[in-house]
Amino acid sequence: MNTSEFFKTALRNRSFAIGLFISLLVIAMALVSYIWTPYSVIDLDIGAKLKAPNVDYWFGTDHFGRDIFSMIMVGARNSIAVALVAVFVGIGIGVPVGCWAAARGGFFDEALMRGNDVIFAFPALLSAVMITAVFGPGAINAIIAIGIFNIPVFARLARGAALSLWPRDFIMAARAAGKSSFRITWEHIVPNMTNLLIVQGTIAFALGIIQEAGLAYVGLGTQPPFPSWGKMLNEAQTMMSFAPHMAIFPGLAIVITVLGLNLLGDGLRDVLDPRIAKERS
Amino acid sequence: MLVFFLKKLLWALATLIFASVLVFLALEIVPGDPAQVMLGINATDDAVAALRESLGLNKPALERYFSWVSGMLVGDFGRSYTYSVDVRELVADRIAISLPLALIALALSTIIALPVGIYAASRRGKIADTIVMAISQFGIAIPNFWFALLMVYVLAIWLQLVPAGGFPGWSEGFWPALKSLLLPAIALALPQAAILSRVTRSALLETMGEDYIRTARAKGLSKRATLWNHALRNAMIPVLTILGLQFAYLLAGTIIIENVFYLPGLGRLVFQAINLRDLIVVESVVMMLVATIIVINLLVDLAYIWVDPRLRARAS
Amino acid sequence: MLEIKNLNLSISGTPILRDVNLKVGAGKILGIVGESGSGKSLTALSTMQLMPDGSELGGEILFQDHNLLQADEDDMMRVRGQEISMIFQEPMTALNPVHTIGAQVCEAIRNATNLSQNQLETQAAAMLEKVGLPVSRFPLSRFPHQLSGGQRQRVMIAMACAQQPSLMIADEPTTALDVTLQAQILNLLRGIVDETGMSLILISHDLAVVAEVTDDIVVMRNGEVLDAGPTGDVLRKLQHPYTAQLAKASTHVPQRNSAPILSVEQHANNIQPILKAHHIVRDYPTARTSIFKKGIPFRALNSVSFELFKGQSMGLVGESGCGKSTLARIVLGLDKATAGRVDFLGTDLSKVEGDEMRSARRNMQVVFQDPFASFNPRHRVERLVSEPLYLEPQLSKAQRRDRVRAALSEVGMNDTALDKYPHEFSGGQRQRLAIARALITRPALIVADEPVSALDVSIRAQVLDLLADLRERLNLTYLFISHDLGVVRAICDEVMVMQAGEIVEHGPVENVFTSPASQAAQELVDATPNLERALANRVD
Repeated sequence: MNTSEFFKTALRNRSFAIGLFISLLVIAMALVSYIWTPYSVIDLDIGAKLKAPNVDYWFGTDHFGRDIFSMIMVGARNSIAVALVAVFVGIGIGVPVGCWAAARGGFFDEALMRGNDVIFAFPALLSAVMITAVFGPGAINAIIAIGIFNIPVFARLARGAALSLWPRDFIMAARAAGKSSFRITWEHIVPNMTNLLIVQGTIAFALGIIQEAGLAYVGLGTQPPFPSWGKMLNEAQTMMSFAPHMAIFPGLAIVITVLGLNLLGDGLRDVLDPRIAKERS
Repeated sequence: MLVFFLKKLLWALATLIFASVLVFLALEIVPGDPAQVMLGINATDDAVAALRESLGLNKPALERYFSWVSGMLVGDFGRSYTYSVDVRELVADRIAISLPLALIALALSTIIALPVGIYAASRRGKIADTIVMAISQFGIAIPNFWFALLMVYVLAIWLQLVPAGGFPGWSEGFWPALKSLLLPAIALALPQAAILSRVTRSALLETMGEDYIRTARAKGLSKRATLWNHALRNAMIPVLTILGLQFAYLLAGTIIIENVFYLPGLGRLVFQAINLRDLIVVESVVMMLVATIIVINLLVDLAYIWVDPRLRARAS
Repeated sequence: MLEIKNLNLSISGTPILRDVNLKVGAGKILGIVGESGSGKSLTALSTMQLMPDGSELGGEILFQDHNLLQADEDDMMRVRGQEISMIFQEPMTALNPVHTIGAQVCEAIRNATNLSQNQLETQAAAMLEKVGLPVSRFPLSRFPHQLSGGQRQRVMIAMACAQQPSLMIADEPTTALDVTLQAQILNLLRGIVDETGMSLILISHDLAVVAEVTDDIVVMRNGEVLDAGPTGDVLRKLQHPYTAQLAKASTHVPQRNSAPILSVEQHANNIQPILKAHHIVRDYPTARTSIFKKGIPFRALNSVSFELFKGQSMGLVGESGCGKSTLARIVLGLDKATAGRVDFLGTDLSKVEGDEMRSARRNMQVVFQDPFASFNPRHRVERLVSEPLYLEPQLSKAQRRDRVRAALSEVGMNDTALDKYPHEFSGGQRQRLAIARALITRPALIVADEPVSALDVSIRAQVLDLLADLRERLNLTYLFISHDLGVVRAICDEVMVMQAGEIVEHGPVENVFTSPASQAAQELVDATPNLERALANRVD
């Protein structure tokens, strides 16, 4: 299936179409924020502080008089960057580990997967707590913590897919041609799991955005003054009683972004159908 | 059976040891001198030396690791530098909030998700299914701490039905304490329930496509009877897996959500400890949470045996 | 008993069945025969009203003079199990893995009666006893995974008989089983029909099976009934061309011009074998039985030795789990023997490396059973067929392409295939591609692991012809693994019979099949369905 054919069938899937639209919108918003935002997010304008949403300030202003909409635009960069890099960390380390474990098998496989279980016991938050305790706070902590969390997710997925492919006849045929297990993994195993990886990658991307917001909310992620959605919610908390808009809009931004990515993932799952055996039926 | 049980137990133990090494190493790689880090740059050399001595930092790493681990095994978590009390005392009060909160949330999300998932699966493709699944799609996208903020706004600030947060302490009686945990537990549970109900639904639908379901139908069982008698137990296998994974999320979520409700749990403790650079407290709390997660995963592994007789066979 | 009149079925708008008519009399056995996609299974599922979602039915299904198509779901629930029951092809997945066999049989009985739990269990035990699973050896507390495929199919039959239905539908009930088990299950079904006066619809792709047990026959293709009548008449007279074609294909023997090559003669002429296996042993580790005891390893191959001479076609037959595929993998160097050695073209395969190993692999290629699983679905034919050329890195791109074209033309396919993906081909074409892939390195030996088992009979005949033709033209040597004696008989010079990891008989094909020396071979020969023999044995 080539790219244009793919989009032709995929866009007929409602989840995919809506999810793609939302995701592109958020990405566009982040990109536009580099060249234009309605107001500066650095300069403070105390005179305009805590304004409710109005014609000038669509989403209102915060306690420093900064425009919430502009901050959400800039904050999108951070959410997307952290979550996306964390997905690539997960794929970059997890997939080779999973494929390697499946190819080697035996004790080696068991040991690698147990290592995975250990990492599974460290939710991103706990990793971030340790990293921050050791190195001090920063956006990079969030990437490392969420990335570490993603590793076992992709390792398990890759191993499972590889294990189901190894006994297949076409792998046998490649082995009979004398190809090394590394070569077989590269030529036959990995291409047959890309659909799975794309779907899981989209879901991990969505989860990463929630996790990043959570870390920033408790002060373990991006540091001020650079705006981030989670940090905005943290600042909004003490002003809930008189400025609820400060909490509502960043939260909505998270929900819509995550919803879009999840819909995209669900749609891709249906369109790509990662069940490897499908074409046999 | 015994072999299987022991094997699982040994692996859990090995995981625990490996995790403790990780935690220990993480704090070993602190740039510079931990004592210096903990005291800040203005500390005198004498004070740093004294802290090094009391922390045992002059001893070799291996010895310090073993004394840390053996201490934890007998309940001695060391002494907090900033609070000047035993970490054990600090943690004991806090965990009495965090752990019940996580467990209540887990119970709540299961109680909500299973019936909803089963209902949606039984009404597959019908309007009820579509609505439930649309709501759950939103539920997954909502960060629990934001949901908590909204609940506080609506229920505490706007309608003034409940206090906005705080914790009276278990000494004030069981019910008042439980009541103050209820709102945070709901905030934690609902987004998780959204995920779990989707997993339950799809696991059930997948099982409903199996050959043995057709067999049951050919016997003359109704669709409903096949779902309850044949599909449900088989579908519990993937649901259990997710349930185990969720506990780790819930525990992490607990730590975040304590901030929203001003609950003096482990979360508050650990964030204060980070700000005060009290590494011993951070180390102990992280290790305890990791240990809890490993124990829960062990329980999930054992629950599989109860659900799936094929594992029982492999086990015996 | 049951009469289907002008049954039409379409799924999501695609017509599947067209004007199907058939009739089963009380106490009679009707066989429905057809190749894959003929609609025989869907005819059965339509009768039970258990079609896939999106099905639309037209016509009439008259069961004891009631039209089942007009029955509502509640009525159908009473009909299913109590009046019409059904058993399926795949016994491994047809039972619920988390419930005991006792519970599953009890459930079938409970549905019709209101007996106490004790009475239910007594009845269930009696039912299981009847199908050959006495409680003393197979307590009700057994789980399906503790039983073999044949035993599971017996449990299915016990459940299907539990409510004393007047009609049973058996959809390929023995296809997933070994031939000896197949014979037992067919006997069991036949016995139940004779004893209870129940009617039976037996769906099968195998004419010989149908000829053995049925009274009447219906032949289907592409959702239509082509031929019908008393089994003896239809299969002896072969008046419908399609029935004749099926019968011919299922007993097809490729023509051969040269005489078979037999080991004895080769030995007499002092010719060296190209493949020689010396006392091959393969153990698989098993789980520990207790904390203190390691599991006793499972011996898949026990001191297997044989020789294969240039140009010979050697069959290797045996039931599933006898070790024949393990042996193939060891010969191909895809698995390591625990003990013993394989000499190929005079070199010990376990010792060679690098260029020598490449040369050995080049001379030994493989064709697998499942034409759908043997190609990477993401590569085009050119890349797929040329994969073994990895062993000949010195070839230029143009030379590789020429080799692919040559190999394709050997198997009767043309260059238009080069840029297609495997899913664009039918099963038979894919198997041709698999053979082309094996031929591309111009090997001396081809190991064929059940190469025609997944194919419909008419395509099977064509592929067998191709294999026989290639052997003569290219002077190939075959190690031909199969569970199907008919296929081996059609294409091999000699045959080895394996049982429980050992070769129990070895000799020229005709000798082994006409006068088997070992009990294992005798049982195999007796149990293998044979159309001519079945027709000769019929009383009508």
